[in-house]
Amino acid sequence: MNFPLMPPQASEHAVAYDALFWTITALTVIFTLIVGVMIYGFAVKYKRGSSADRRNAQSHNEKLEVLLLVVPTVLGLAIFAWSAVNFTSVRTPKKDEMELFVIGKRWMWHVQHMNGIRENNEMHVPVGQPIRLTMISQDVIHAMYLPAFRAQYHVVPGRYTSLHFTPTKPGTYKLLCGIHCGTQHSEMVGFVHVLSQQDFDEWLESGGNRYTKADRSMEQVGADLWKEKGCGNCHQGTDNNRAPSLNGIFNTQRTMTDGSTVLANEDYLRESILRPWDRISAGYENTMQAYANSLSEEQVLSLIAYIKSTGSGATPGQGEYEQPVRDGRALDSSSKSTIDIANDRASAGASQAKELTN
Amino acid sequence: MSSHESTHPDAPVVYEQFEDIGQQQETYVLGMWSFLVNETMFFAPLFFVYGLYTWKHHADFYLAHALLDWRIGGINTFILLMSSFAVALSVHYAQKGRTRAQLNCLWFTIACAAAFIWIKLQFEWIPKISHGVFPNPEFIQNYPHYAMEHGVPAADPYKARLYYSLYFAITGLHALHVAIGIIVFLALIYLIKKKSSLITDYIPTEMVGLYWHFVDLVWIFLYPLFYLMPRP
Amino acid sequence: MSATVVDKTQEEGLHEPHPKKNYLTADHTIKSWLLTVDHKRIAVLYLISTTFFFFLGSIAAAFIRAELTNPMGTLLTSETYNKMFSAHGIIMVFFFLVAVIPGVLGNFLLPIMVGARDLAFPRLNLLSWYVFMAGGTCFVIALMMGGVDAGWTFYTPLSSLYSNTPITLALVGVFFAGFASIFTGLNFIATVHKMRAPGMTWFRMPLFVWGQYATGVIMILGTPVIAITLLMVAIERMFKIGIFSPELGGDPVLFQHLFWFYSHPAVYIMLLPGMAVISELMACFSRRPVFGYKFVAFSSIGIAALSFLVWGHHMFVSSQSVLQGIVFSLISFLVAVPSAIKVFNWALTMWKGSVHFTTPMIYALGFLGLFVVGGLTGLYLAAIDTDVHLTGTYFVVAHFHYVMVGGTIMAFLGGLHFWWPKMFGRMYSEFWGKLSAIIVFVGFNFTFFPQFILGYLGMPRRYHYYYFAPEWQVYHVLSSAGSTVLGIGFLMPAFYLTASLINGKRAGRNPWGAKGLEWEHADSPPVTLNFDKPVVVTGPVYDYDAEKDSEMIRAGQRLVDMVKGEEEK
Ligand code: HEA
Ligand code: HEA
Ligand code: HEC
Ligand code: CUA
Ligand SMILES: [Cu+2]
Repeated sequence: MNFPLMPPQASEHAVAYDALFWTITALTVIFTLIVGVMIYGFAVKYKRGSSADRRNAQSHNEKLEVLLLVVPTVLGLAIFAWSAVNFTSVRTPKKDEMELFVIGKRWMWHVQHMNGIRENNEMHVPVGQPIRLTMISQDVIHAMYLPAFRAQYHVVPGRYTSLHFTPTKPGTYKLLCGIHCGTQHSEMVGFVHVLSQQDFDEWLESGGNRYTKADRSMEQVGADLWKEKGCGNCHQGTDNNRAPSLNGIFNTQRTMTDGSTVLANEDYLRESILRPWDRISAGYENTMQAYANSLSEEQVLSLIAYIKSTGSGATPGQGEYEQPVRDGRALDSSSKSTIDIANDRASAGASQAKELTN
Repeated sequence: MSSHESTHPDAPVVYEQFEDIGQQQETYVLGMWSFLVNETMFFAPLFFVYGLYTWKHHADFYLAHALLDWRIGGINTFILLMSSFAVALSVHYAQKGRTRAQLNCLWFTIACAAAFIWIKLQFEWIPKISHGVFPNPEFIQNYPHYAMEHGVPAADPYKARLYYSLYFAITGLHALHVAIGIIVFLALIYLIKKKSSLITDYIPTEMVGLYWHFVDLVWIFLYPLFYLMPRP
Repeated sequence: MSATVVDKTQEEGLHEPHPKKNYLTADHTIKSWLLTVDHKRIAVLYLISTTFFFFLGSIAAAFIRAELTNPMGTLLTSETYNKMFSAHGIIMVFFFLVAVIPGVLGNFLLPIMVGARDLAFPRLNLLSWYVFMAGGTCFVIALMMGGVDAGWTFYTPLSSLYSNTPITLALVGVFFAGFASIFTGLNFIATVHKMRAPGMTWFRMPLFVWGQYATGVIMILGTPVIAITLLMVAIERMFKIGIFSPELGGDPVLFQHLFWFYSHPAVYIMLLPGMAVISELMACFSRRPVFGYKFVAFSSIGIAALSFLVWGHHMFVSSQSVLQGIVFSLISFLVAVPSAIKVFNWALTMWKGSVHFTTPMIYALGFLGLFVVGGLTGLYLAAIDTDVHLTGTYFVVAHFHYVMVGGTIMAFLGGLHFWWPKMFGRMYSEFWGKLSAIIVFVGFNFTFFPQFILGYLGMPRRYHYYYFAPEWQVYHVLSSAGSTVLGIGFLMPAFYLTASLINGKRAGRNPWGAKGLEWEHADSPPVTLNFDKPVVVTGPVYDYDAEKDSEMIRAGQRLVDMVKGEEEK
């Protein structure tokens, strides 16, 4: 029998995390010992009938109380400051992050790479590359929990949340759901595969090995949707009287009819597509249809990816579309169309359980 | 509980856990205030949620609120203010020992409370509910028609449903308090008439009055929040 | 506490003397129990009902632990498992821990300790028990309808739209239980403010009363919030309105804010009464006044006040902003300080004392040790960064069992053993008492310490199995084995305490030689209106003399030695 004491330390943050964790542990041990020794010492020394000196017993001492007030406060604040610094750094997006999209649904994780590769309950990432997960849930609240990276964040329906980490060690790690989400919560588990850059490139090259082969990147899927849904009928290369242009709109400040401004981040774009009437852009009316019932979360993500890809001023609209080249990797577009094979598998978690125990 | 009957017929009943009537009354008043603090916290989350969503969906809530008639709400506000005044008077008369006047004031309060509920039902709830403008899944279909009938532009039905959910929840809870108030007032009048030994001074009236002022106060917040929403 | 008894009865001719019957024997009909307004009888009713709920919740715990011994989870289905931990959590929190100390010890002792004949509103008190039972009944019916599966936290939209279990009924049950606790709180506040006996100034009140008072304040301010919030969830379930469900336009995180706005203060509703008990035990069995009385008293109020400002520490990773999280983290560290003050003051109470190792005292010392570990592990969770990895894992489970079981239940058992002779007039077997205290302590650590490690390793809570990590099994097995020991420890008092009712030695007024109105001026068991004569308090609280107490023992010992010496000659 072995007694594991630490989860693998596989991200940059894990190291900083463990330093803090074990410091608090030291503090805990020290204080437990102090209290323990006090109790034991007093109990033995002043046991009823012992001959200890009981004269001049005080039952209050202001100086001592102040000391008892100050020492824990100071120690506590020190720990707090350390942890706040750590937390701020881990929540701040890094430069050159590779973005992955995650959709949580009962009860599986659905991961989509920028270039269109999709995975279920698995996630392949290259070592040393800062990763950003942009996550949303299709139903209830889940939590993306990656113990080896000391990373966790809730995946909430109706809004995007993000998780940032930089894997440092190749290997396979657990990917868990950290919030109770119903019957098969404990089967909403999978693995993160941290690959060396070379392996990762190969993996990409083969279009993802496991369940599904992608032929189109997310932007392409988005562009097709754009055509299919006729967004370009209104949203054209420049602002016109029908609708504002969406070129390069991502992360810009938009002005609303009531004069307020909002940052056009993912949440805003999503809301503008699903429920455009929530906030109307200045100069326009609520003529756009609400797509809340006709687009899935995944499709919305693709559309957003597409809108983001117009950052450089390409003209979305007339149906022309320049294929964005990401990281210099073009994709083989001849393979067969995307089918979510894994979706057919009733419960990926349970089947993995079998694989594991076999 | 057996109470100490005392020799004097008009002497107050002191429950056995109390030393004297003074202590008993102080305790009751303190208990009432604590209860009102508790009531405040009871309404607080509803107001908080309402405030939050108004801030978030101001435009739609503004459209949705057009279906509420500020005049009816205003009349109801006036009625409640009158009733509060009457309660204050009845405490005053109770202190003076003028039972007749006190009872009249209480009857007037009850009339006001009943009128409040009647107006609420007759002009606000029943018309809406009978048109299906009640926060259930059908609301989404029914609401736009209803708005059209009334000649006001419809808000996004989902937002409107949220608005009316909160409207029914908060005004419903408030109306429940009004109804309880009526029952309590009736009981009070009955006991006073019966010359019950439970009521020998003004304290019971004052306690019921405190409760009633609270109910009134809730409405004073409700009315502008729901009926007099500022243009976004 | 020294007090002179002035016979006001005769002076004023107001209260007739009562026949010498205690509250248990005053009347024997069932009706006299079910319609009683005597705070002591209501306390007994609460004792019976909370014990019932504790064992109900424990059976669920037993199933949870049995299931987790195997990584493949072969005993229950996922569905049943989820219902088990939900039932366990809901029962233990809402129908046991929140009610137990205020309901049993608080109801029984608070009026006696301030020298009152009853609580301020006895009928409200009886209503509180009925409302509590109504809530419990609703929940038990929900259990019989199959049970609910959304956990005790009822997170939306799982609870409001997705779960197809009788959640509405369970919510109504919790709603009622909330009102029971509001009524209790109202009663405590009014009683402490207005019903104190002459001479019972605020700073002559036993710390038990301070603790219950602070609890009452939280109950009044916090409980209505959860009541209305759960009502909103119920309405959302019934009418599909969109307050908390994003599909309908609501905000799921809003629910969490409202829920924790109550439920964090609620953990102090569960803990403060326990701390209140410990103060009494430490004083009595050290034969010393509680060290730093005023600091301990005000720290209760401090905890109550700060507890309303830290709810966000349950939501560090639930999409609140970084700044929000950091502020909540900061305040969470501050709320730990009053607890620290209490712990050290309790330990210092033994200094130069005369320590008696009785059953209640062993429970109290166990409390100190376990609460320190539980509280300090709370700091890992309050530190925003360390929480990111630990939230939603068994580390949290271990933390809260250390504070709730190791803290509050140890305190409750200590208090129950301490005041048992007062409540029922009988002594239990000290041998079995001490044994059970030790078994509980040992079993507890075996059960929950491994869970800290499990949590750090990444074992998420509410997991039915862990087929993906068989290496965790060893800790789960340890934990389950420990829980068997713990279970035995918890069952023992049920037997020997019941036995003591039948064949226990009569206790007499003050078997522990303790100070306090309940010991010095009330019979065991007390009479219906507590005191034969009205009390007037003239001296300070905790008027113990450790030196004399130990000297007495030594004198006794010398006597024994002398006798022995004589015999040997
Ligand atoms: C009785 C109940 C109780 C009590 C008293 C506490 C006490 C504390 N709790 Fe706990 N807590 C729970 C019950 C309780 N908790 C429950 C039920 C949950 C989980 C809910 C759920 O999700 O289901 C929870 C979860 C929980 C979380 C959220 C974890 C998560 O889900 O991510 C956090 C985070 O901050 C936390 C913190 C604390 C802190 C800082 C204290 C402090 O009050 C502790 C203070 C005590 C001490 C610090 C020890 C004594 C001090 C010393 C010996 C001196 C040394 C001190 C210093 C150096 C500062 N608790
Ligand atoms: C007062 C509160 C309280 C108490 C006393 C306990 C007591 C115990 N709890 Fe509980 N626990 C909670 C409050 C409490 N718990 C809460 C709030 C949760 C969170 C729920 C949620 O996630 O929603 C939780 C969750 C929880 C979990 C996590 C489940 C999960 O996340 O998957 C576990 C797992 O080990 C556990 C174990 C135990 C054990 C072993 C005991 C032991 O102390 C119990 C000891 C008793 C026995 C072992 C049984 C005694 C024997 C009998 C009564 C006879 C039994 C008869 C038969 C079996 C036929 N508890
Ligand atoms: C009938 C014309 C029409 C169609 C079709 C249409 N839109 Fe729009 N859209 C508008 C108008 C008008 C606005 C500005 C008013 C507003 O904010 O709602 C707008 C606003 C937006 C915005 C917010 C941009 C800003 O101004 O900040 C986004 C994003 C958007 N649309 C995306 C889409 C997508 C994606 C589609 C296709 C699935 C689409 N739209 C289809 C008319 C249309
Ligand atoms: Cu998804 Cu738990
Ligand atoms: Cu908390």
